[in-house]
Amino acid sequence: MLQVVLIVSAALFSTGLLAALSRRHAIFILIGIEMMLGAANLNFIAFWRFSPQSQPPTGIMIAIFSIAIAAAEAAVGLALVIAVYRHYRTTNVDHLNQLKG
Amino acid sequence: MSSVAFVLIAVLTLAAALAAATLQKLMHATLSFALTFVGVAALFFLLGAEFVGLALIFVYIGAVAVLVVFTILLTRRDVGKDRGANWGGAFLAVAMFGGLTWAILKTQSVAIAAPHIRALTVRRIGEALMTSYVWPLQCVGLLLTAALIGALVLVMEEKQ
Amino acid sequence: MSWIIDHLWLIPAVPFAASLAILSLPNGRHRGAAALAIAGQIAALVLSFFAFLPTLQVSGFRAVQNFTWFTFGDHALRLGWLLDPLAAVMLTMITLVGLCIFIFSTGYMAGDRNFVRFFAYLSFFSGAMLGLVISNSLLLLFICWELVGLASYLLIGFWIERQSAAAAAKKAFITTRIGDMGFFLGLLWLYGRSGTLLFYDGGNGCLESAGLAMLGASAMAIALLIFCGAVGKSGQFPLHVWLPDAMEGPTPVSALIHAATMVAAGVFLVARVYPIFSLGAIDGVTSSLTVVVWIGVTTALMAALIAIAQADIKRILAYSTVSQLGLMMVSLGVGGVAAGMMHLLAHGFFKALLFLGAGSVIHGCHHEQDIRKMGGLRRLMPVTFSTYAIGMMALSGVPLFFSGGWTKEEILHVTARWPSSSLPYYFLLAGVVLTALYMTRQIIYVFFAHRRAASEHAHESPRVMTMPLIVLASCAILFSIVLTPAWPWLHGYLIDEPVHFEFARLIQPGLFLSLVLVGAGVALGIWMYRKAGTQDQQRPADTDPLEFAQPQLFRFLQNKMWIDELYGRTVIAFSWMSARLSDWMDRHFWDGLVRGVGAIGRLFGTFTASVDERGINPGVDETTVGTRGLGRLMSAAHSGQIQTYLGVIAIGALALLLFYAWLA
Repeated sequence: MLQVVLIVSAALFSTGLLAALSRRHAIFILIGIEMMLGAANLNFIAFWRFSPQSQPPTGIMIAIFSIAIAAAEAAVGLALVIAVYRHYRTTNVDHLNQLKG
Repeated sequence: MSSVAFVLIAVLTLAAALAAATLQKLMHATLSFALTFVGVAALFFLLGAEFVGLALIFVYIGAVAVLVVFTILLTRRDVGKDRGANWGGAFLAVAMFGGLTWAILKTQSVAIAAPHIRALTVRRIGEALMTSYVWPLQCVGLLLTAALIGALVLVMEEKQ
Repeated sequence: MSWIIDHLWLIPAVPFAASLAILSLPNGRHRGAAALAIAGQIAALVLSFFAFLPTLQVSGFRAVQNFTWFTFGDHALRLGWLLDPLAAVMLTMITLVGLCIFIFSTGYMAGDRNFVRFFAYLSFFSGAMLGLVISNSLLLLFICWELVGLASYLLIGFWIERQSAAAAAKKAFITTRIGDMGFFLGLLWLYGRSGTLLFYDGGNGCLESAGLAMLGASAMAIALLIFCGAVGKSGQFPLHVWLPDAMEGPTPVSALIHAATMVAAGVFLVARVYPIFSLGAIDGVTSSLTVVVWIGVTTALMAALIAIAQADIKRILAYSTVSQLGLMMVSLGVGGVAAGMMHLLAHGFFKALLFLGAGSVIHGCHHEQDIRKMGGLRRLMPVTFSTYAIGMMALSGVPLFFSGGWTKEEILHVTARWPSSSLPYYFLLAGVVLTALYMTRQIIYVFFAHRRAASEHAHESPRVMTMPLIVLASCAILFSIVLTPAWPWLHGYLIDEPVHFEFARLIQPGLFLSLVLVGAGVALGIWMYRKAGTQDQQRPADTDPLEFAQPQLFRFLQNKMWIDELYGRTVIAFSWMSARLSDWMDRHFWDGLVRGVGAIGRLFGTFTASVDERGINPGVDETTVGTRGLGRLMSAAHSGQIQTYLGVIAIGALALLLFYAWLA
């Protein structure tokens, strides 16, 4: 049973990776990252569910903090995208290659 | 826990995720992204972590997805043609899935059934947060504050 | 009295100081230079006189002052000065003759541009000669010996513009150097055997019995080596060639150095180290002394023969000096040390007189030196003539009033009694005749006979030049007072014998023989040369009578018996060849070696350079290019694309995951 949940989580993770790697728009990379984080959370909860319970519930805690941090990171990331858009007038990551070389 | 419900929800989630990864139109992709998280929250509910599921809905769908929509609206001008399918990325994702699956199937220790657990109450979570995890809580608070201020600074109009 | 002995070093020091002071004068100060030089000489004369006095009081006087010059390890080099009758009389003679010559020079060199330099050199010479005489150490004597040689070189080549003067100075220096080499070797040997170079050192000196005992069999060799120095300096037979050439110097120089003092240093040296020569004497004869005698005899006879055929007024006197020095050496060799020294002193006076007289003649004839071009100066230069005549008679050995006669007498006396052989005595007798002959010839040519070209406008020399002539002539006569056998005061003083006046000793068989010989010589001269300078039967006017009679003999003698040419063919040619060989070796062989080593170094350098050029440089270049290429290659990984970076991270994570999974 746990294996199934883990496989689902793995599939979700791979999809998130796909989104992050294959889309051109900067926001979609962020979406992909969020999906990967969600998959990780799923992993943690699954493990919590299928392991001997501990007091405090460690898996839950990790998941909660992970969600909080993901939110903060999404906010900052989107702010970045807006700032970049304002400066370079593009959200196409192919054009954001100033680090080249 | 019902297997049928589980399979259904899992399929829904994965489909929505795939849609979010491949749809051309930005808005459609965003809404699929929201739908994915609905599915994930349902899975959480199924696994017995109701509080986390709710938190997921509040944060991701309520805040992050909305933010994404706003950002798309704000950065509308550039709607050029998407490049062709990125086969390298697809291959990598498939490879990643294959590898993970192989690792999971290979590990014997995770081939277990669901044990019986005591229901998780919010009270217990609250107690844990206030006693054992009080320091991480404060840090996360600080982090959120910093993120807030940082985001504000990043999008502030430069004074001319 | 002891003040003068303690301060005996002042006697040479004062002329040295005068010389230094003169050198600091600018070139035009003639009067200052002359005044300094003459003042220095007068001071030395006065001090010598004071030094002379104490030696009269005690018989066998000898006062010594030694001091340590420097120490090395546990040896010390000690020098010192010595006052004894020998030194005292030499001091007096040198300073007195020197003073006369200095005064003469102020007149003779009056028109010369380098007047100041001349007097500086003269004072320097005077100081060195005086130092030589009073030194108690053979080393100090050698030092002063060399200084005297240096002064001679400087003065012979005084007129530096003249090629012949420079050549003569070089010849003098080199020839005496050969002698000095032997002297130095003898000095070293002596030091090695006896451990000290001091003559008298409270019993430990090398001339005292303790020191002499240490010499043993090497005494003869040491004596002969030291004699080499005397041979060079006094112009004895093999090394006499420099003295006639030294006449290139100004006449006062010839008078001072090459007549009275420097050439006498050789004789003085032999007298000084006589104990070494006479060590182990059997009946007064040793091998080293025998060598001295034979060399002296050869020199005396040879030089007298050459003098007959010379035409330069100074050359005749030069050969005469050589001959007289030979005579002195003979005297020392046969054991008559006092006789030889007395002749040295007398010779100093009258030879200086003769040279100064010649200088006066040359000055009067406007620097003409060929006697065949002079004549009849008897009436034109009376003072010069009379003093010159006195000198000539002293030299020829006319006894009674002239000092030279008595001393020559004494020498013949001791030579006759030499046990080894009577040949020297007969040779010396021949020498007496020859001496009278050539001097008569010279006087006839210069003062008698008809006036020829140079003497047309001759005039007597100024008083400053004639006064010294008169003084020296007086000395020559007065000196004989202490020399007569009737009252041999000087003889007794020198060899520490008691003396009393005895008139009867004046009459001796030897005395008559001398009178006869001298008379014969003079008569022969007058007869041969009575028509010199004038046409006489088939003989042309300007040909010498002897030349007319015996042309080959005359030419042989005139060319100095071809000795200079012989040396030129042998010694000098050998020197040249060695020099050329050495030069060739240096130029080709050693230079080639050095260049070879250099070439090896250069080869290494070229090799290293080519390795660097062909090997290392391209290697480094290729590495650089490779690195750059690699860098370019690697920088392609930095595409700047976010998704590329992300993809790489994903790959890395996957790999890690698989690795851990596989491990488990």
